[in-house]
Amino acid sequence: MLTIKNLHASVDGTPILRGINLEVKAGEVHAIMGPNGSGKSTLASVLAGREEYEVTEGEVIFQGKDLLEMAPEDRAREGVFLAFQYPVEIPGVSSTNFLRTALNQVREYRGQEPLDAVKFLSLMKEKMKLVEIDQKLLSRSLNEGFSGGEKKRNEIFQMAMLEPTLSILDETDSGLDIDALRIVSNGVNQLKSDKNATIVVTHYQRLLDYIVPDYVHVLYKGRIVKSGTKELALELEEKGYDWIKEEVDSATV
Amino acid sequence: MSTLTTQDTFDVLLESAPQNFSALRAAGKEHYQAAGLPAAKAEEYKFTAITKKLEKSISDFRAASPFSISQNQITESTFKGFDGYTLVFSNGKFLPELSSQIDGIQVSSLDDSTEELGTIAKAEKDAFAALNQASFSEGISIKVPKKVQVDKPILLLSFNQSHVGQVITPRFWIEVGDFAEVTFIDQSVGLGNDSYFINKVVEVKGGINSQINYYRLQHEGDQVIEVSNIETDVQADARFTSVNISLSGDMVRNNLSLNLLGSNCEGNMYGIYLLNGKTHVDNHTNVDHTIPHAESNELYKGIFDGQSRGVFNGKIFVRQDAQKTNAFQQNNNVLLSEDAIVNTKPQLEIWADDVKCSHGCTVGQLDEEALFYMQARGIEKTLAKGLLLYAFVGEVLEKIEDESFKNHVVGLIQNRLGSKF
Repeated sequence: MLTIKNLHASVDGTPILRGINLEVKAGEVHAIMGPNGSGKSTLASVLAGREEYEVTEGEVIFQGKDLLEMAPEDRAREGVFLAFQYPVEIPGVSSTNFLRTALNQVREYRGQEPLDAVKFLSLMKEKMKLVEIDQKLLSRSLNEGFSGGEKKRNEIFQMAMLEPTLSILDETDSGLDIDALRIVSNGVNQLKSDKNATIVVTHYQRLLDYIVPDYVHVLYKGRIVKSGTKELALELEEKGYDWIKEEVDSATV
Repeated sequence: MSTLTTQDTFDVLLESAPQNFSALRAAGKEHYQAAGLPAAKAEEYKFTAITKKLEKSISDFRAASPFSISQNQITESTFKGFDGYTLVFSNGKFLPELSSQIDGIQVSSLDDSTEELGTIAKAEKDAFAALNQASFSEGISIKVPKKVQVDKPILLLSFNQSHVGQVITPRFWIEVGDFAEVTFIDQSVGLGNDSYFINKVVEVKGGINSQINYYRLQHEGDQVIEVSNIETDVQADARFTSVNISLSGDMVRNNLSLNLLGSNCEGNMYGIYLLNGKTHVDNHTNVDHTIPHAESNELYKGIFDGQSRGVFNGKIFVRQDAQKTNAFQQNNNVLLSEDAIVNTKPQLEIWADDVKCSHGCTVGQLDEEALFYMQARGIEKTLAKGLLLYAFVGEVLEKIEDESFKNHVVGLIQNRLGSKF
């Protein structure tokens, strides 16, 4: 589904990603872990098409198409979804209005009829249950005055509405208490199928108790330096990142 | 030197002024000549070089004559869904034969009107108000008697046209009796592409506990140079709300002044600037709290694209006696291009010591992070931009109580922002 080959990206001339290779197949869950500043969020942002990042080398093929050539909105319409680390507050635009616009834009791109208000509402009601989100919250301005947990739940709710093929969760767990984490993870797990895939970007292993990954990759200095299964995450939890750093740093000297 | 030239030129207008209201006109002329047109560095017109603009664009400083208007033009110019009364003007002259009859309201030419003309918008305060007082051609007096609730909004529909760059000098006297309620929609329609100069004065005398809405849409075209002085007296327990929407023009200067004269009254000033090209709009507002327990609210939002320019100057004056005043002011601006400019200046003078006053102004760019967030959900960039900007001005649009006018303005704004949603 997704093939990343030798991906290099920089910000203001500073290289952040320095040769990422990754293959994600349908039905899989990949966790990207790594110390702060290793390039995890950059990878998520580059995949979603954030403009500040300049791709200097490499390619990303998503379902046979060159993802890097597409505008951010087209990536979303093709089925890529980024759950933001810091969801943006948009005063004056209600979550409902925002989502309806987004969903109908995506549908239009895919040659589907726009959903009318009634159908949209019933779809919304169905998906709201997934993340136990209140309708009152959705009639308010998007994310404005939401708690951290509400914002993250709203991200997963949007994901449920847009039914992406590839979901990238950028530090969705950070700042959540156990209850909120359970609700969010539960939502993600219910959306999982053999047709879609998930990339979970996280600093902590905790999330992976709830969203169990098939593969765990460790990112350090802009490269994937170690890959393994969920046991690798547990090892990282126990030993921290220093041993990996040392391994890599001594090898490159 | 150039200032003098223009002043001399306006003499032509002054000399050809009508003969009625001779004392009033003489006083206006005196004030105008004493003040002169604003010099390049005049504080009140610092960012709006109106004198220079007039010299450059107006070729014939005589009054533009009224012209005939067809019923068809009126129908075409009245926005969709409008349900109300229409009063029609041609280059400032009231055309009763094309206007609605409004039962229970007295609508007449200024000749029949009041001796109070010029007591609210005083000639000594502004050179253009003085020039208007000296030279207004024809205007209108609208009197809403005590306790009358006008059932529908009154559209003041002004058609303006000039082939040689002349001067149009409208003057409205509006009197709203105690406990009366009325909504005005002030809209101008520009015909032709030639420049002209509108120098408008509107005086509103509100009664005790009266409720007045004054909505204004400036969407005439880019040939218009306009200075307006709108001033109102707000008495005890009354509410006056102004909503001013500026969408086009060459150079536009709006002076809006609210005199809060009785306790428990409320004065509201709301506005939107949505400009592109080289349009220059300057909103100078002034609210004068003279008595205790009054409230004023002000919110102006601006979006500037192209080489457009906006000026906001909001004066709040709280006099020593005006304890327990609540005065709020906010001006927020978004610049969409590198060449757009906005100058914003809150000006608070507070002499009382037990008041609640706040003000704030911001100038920023479109929130790129919000834009990316919307795109990342599949919303096309132009639409996302439109949605964000529309949301930005939405707070002001909510202040318009008349649904049909609100829908009309919403449509114009959505069109301008390049997207329907």
